[in-house]
Amino acid sequence: MGVSMVGTGPGTSAKGHYENVACPFCGILCDDLTIDRVADGLKVMNTGCEIARAGFERRVTDTPAQIDGKSVPLDDAIAEVAALIRSSRLPVFGGLGTDVDGVRAVMSLADHAGGVVDHALSEAQYRNFRVLQSGGWVLTTLTEARNRADLFVIVGSDVHALHPRFFERIVCNEKSMFSEQPAKRTVIFLGEGLDQSAATGPRIGEVLSLPCKADRIGEILVAMRAIAKGVPIADGDIGGLSRAQVDDLVKRCKASSYGVMVWAPPSLNFPNADLTVQAVAEFVKDVNLTSRFAGLSLGGNDGAVSAGAVCAWQSGFPLRVSFASGKPDYDVERYAMTRLLADKETDLLIWIASYTPDLVPPVTDTPMIVLGTPGLKLTGTPRVFIPVGTPGADHAGLLVRCDNVVSLPLKNLLRSTLPRAADVLAAIEAAV
Amino acid sequence: MLIKLTGGKVYDPANGVDGEVRDIFVEGGRIVSPEPTAKIDQEYALHGRVVMAGGIDPHSHIGGGKVTIARMLMPEDHIGQEVARTDLTRSGCGHAIPSTLTAGYRYAEMGYTAAFEPAMLPANARQAHMEMADTPIIDKGAFVMLGSDDFFLRQLAGKADFSAIKDYIAWTMHAAQAIAVKVVNPGGISAFKFNQRKLDLDEQHVHYGVTPRDIILTLARGLKELGVVHPIHIHGCNLGIPGGVETTLDTIRGAQGLPIHLTHIQFHSYDTEGDMKFSSGAVRVAEAVNASPNVSIDIGQVMFGQTCTASGDSMRQFVNTRSADPKKWVVMDIECDAGCGVVPFKYRDKSFVNALQWAIGLELFLLVNDPWRIFLTTDHPNGGPFTCYPHLIRLLMDKTFRQDMMRTINQDALKYSSLGTLDREYSLYEIAIMTRAGPAKSLGLKDRGHLAVGACADITVYDDNPNREAMFETPELVFKNGELIVRNGRIVKIVQGATHVARPNYDIGIEKSLKAYFDDFHTVRMENFRLSDEEIIAGGHGSLIVQPTGARTS
Repeated sequence: MGVSMVGTGPGTSAKGHYENVACPFCGILCDDLTIDRVADGLKVMNTGCEIARAGFERRVTDTPAQIDGKSVPLDDAIAEVAALIRSSRLPVFGGLGTDVDGVRAVMSLADHAGGVVDHALSEAQYRNFRVLQSGGWVLTTLTEARNRADLFVIVGSDVHALHPRFFERIVCNEKSMFSEQPAKRTVIFLGEGLDQSAATGPRIGEVLSLPCKADRIGEILVAMRAIAKGVPIADGDIGGLSRAQVDDLVKRCKASSYGVMVWAPPSLNFPNADLTVQAVAEFVKDVNLTSRFAGLSLGGNDGAVSAGAVCAWQSGFPLRVSFASGKPDYDVERYAMTRLLADKETDLLIWIASYTPDLVPPVTDTPMIVLGTPGLKLTGTPRVFIPVGTPGADHAGLLVRCDNVVSLPLKNLLRSTLPRAADVLAAIEAAV
Repeated sequence: MLIKLTGGKVYDPANGVDGEVRDIFVEGGRIVSPEPTAKIDQEYALHGRVVMAGGIDPHSHIGGGKVTIARMLMPEDHIGQEVARTDLTRSGCGHAIPSTLTAGYRYAEMGYTAAFEPAMLPANARQAHMEMADTPIIDKGAFVMLGSDDFFLRQLAGKADFSAIKDYIAWTMHAAQAIAVKVVNPGGISAFKFNQRKLDLDEQHVHYGVTPRDIILTLARGLKELGVVHPIHIHGCNLGIPGGVETTLDTIRGAQGLPIHLTHIQFHSYDTEGDMKFSSGAVRVAEAVNASPNVSIDIGQVMFGQTCTASGDSMRQFVNTRSADPKKWVVMDIECDAGCGVVPFKYRDKSFVNALQWAIGLELFLLVNDPWRIFLTTDHPNGGPFTCYPHLIRLLMDKTFRQDMMRTINQDALKYSSLGTLDREYSLYEIAIMTRAGPAKSLGLKDRGHLAVGACADITVYDDNPNREAMFETPELVFKNGELIVRNGRIVKIVQGATHVARPNYDIGIEKSLKAYFDDFHTVRMENFRLSDEEIIAGGHGSLIVQPTGARTS
């Protein structure tokens, strides 16, 4: 390691043309992008997706590594990081906005250094993991939903804001595998303030809006489950909906040939939202006793799904693992990064954010090392900053998609020659 | 460096060697025949020790999405089973569903040098290979699942030219970097998505109109004509159903002499006699297997204790969720490609059903005559974790021990099984066939599973302990590619194993229809669906070995 990977700044001024490019900037990993490299950077040629354009077309400026805000050679920064990790009692590897190789390198270093691993979006992911670990679910994946679903119920999640091409690719697609003239689809928005504008086009039949507070959706789903089972429930409104609306929703779910309930964990941002996910999961399970129905979880931006998956296959647990004892020690509460910082149980945060400049670390006075994309909107000056490339723009990589099944290769579009976080982390481990 | 293994009792069935005292020479990762004057750099005196090729597990769910779902589902499997980091090895954990690193170490510590993931979905192949890349030391490979994927079912229903079907099978093996093809509940995973809850061998898929029999025969014939060495690896219809034995017998009869491998056949050998309408069909299955030289099997032995089943068979696993213990489970419909079901199970020795499952597996082992056509598996982790193999070997080699164990289980179960009447004890030679030579031959691993000059020097040395469980649990020495990696059951060196693949010929013209299919229906581009060689070997995670295939006919 060392100098061979050093290199900051623009990759090449040569023009380039890339097809079938996978986009790493949101969890659904669209891989049908055409991207040109033009004089002043990358240009997305075939989609108006704002997230993709912002991600690829952002100018990555030439930023050297820094110690206490002062530019230093990369090797010096790596040596400083290694020294800080060596003297730390409990280093926390947080953020983890990186790719599969990046997470592999984090896992190896955390194992070696006795640290804790946790992703920036773990709080959201744990709305799912808690349900997986307590009851499980019936899920589907993007291609299956795209071809098979006749009913989409969007559960309390502003899917269009989080994944601007979800409706275009999964709900409004005109062709379907199982029919030359596929039936029109019903789309139901359960919740308030959800952007419904993308649920349009020849495939879309009814669009229903059932506005209710996000934190009362669980109540509605639990009632739906009871109604579906024929269990009597009290009269009156249910979570802000009328009984007739809820009855109708149950009827539509039971009558669908393949209904899909869609949620995005980051959107369900209220206390104990895992109970809402659980209510979805249990309702879906019950429908499956007689007809087919499935859940579809979205979200998973900033490499969150890859971080959970790699951590699970290498350590057994999906994040929030401490290696301080030499063995993987798992505790969902104790090893949550935000709690460790708040309770001052860690003396060093190593934050990794290689995709968007918005994945900023929590505000803390704990000493911090940042491996970040240049332009990361830091509020203070970290002890050490090492600029790293964005997988899929500055170097090649691999990411796992939001459905936890498909993973995609990310191309090196030569946007810059910034190093891979994986290589920087390996160099740090070698120096620790 | 020339290494000499001196004076061990060698069991090398591929070369007809049955416990003869022989010297073995190793150089450059291979077994060699040096000049008599060659200087020996290192010698291991193995007098009285048993020497075999490294173990090969032909059916073990070690990598891929459903295994990681199982890992996430079951933290209680790992807690208390953590393994500390050492100077050589990484930390990890797990009992039934160990972390990838721990799985690699445990296989090596048990004298195994290869394991094959039998249920890699094409859509999940990339992750399966990533996980296998993180499984150190042992060689790996994977069987790609076909038969419930919509491209194949559309070909079959549309009466596509057989040559195009073969092109698709071969293309998929290349794209997913596979060594063999598996079919799981043929057509049933897809049928379940259309709300069919069972699919018998001759029952039509409600949308495509094809039957499991059509699917099996097409894949069996396709692989044979493509020259793929391992025959179609069949997880049949009606897994776990009392009466499923009839389907299994029909499947064997219906193969029309084509080579087939019936996997975890224990789960498909249940009959319906007795008050519980559940009894052993092992005698009938074993008779059929013995009479059908085109059939090979592995057992999927049930071992008592907690495990977590992970299968592609979403249709049957959805039914099995009723028996989930603990009560949590995952069933998935996947990518117009496949599905999965992850259901924790606790096999109890005092349970009539579980005890009978255990007995049926052992019956099959003891009743099938030809060890070249039967492989030792627990269908890890579905019947139990692979770490149970030494115990299972003792059950097969030691009749007294087996009878002692039989006394501890549900006694009613034994009334519906012939296990109590079986006296057979496996020999070391037969164990070496079932765990090395047989799987290597069946999978077409030309230089693995044997100890002739030129073979890869994957070698395991055991103490000839009459307690065969202790013997197979803790080998004295294990060599991988000629390097000593385990001494007295402890890792002494970390290496990276290779990934074995097979690459039958196909007409690249198939990509024209595949490209249109992916563009119209999929959410992944065909170009990104395919795994490159670079992905397998990148980052020093290992290497690729392309095993030979026969000539494609027609």
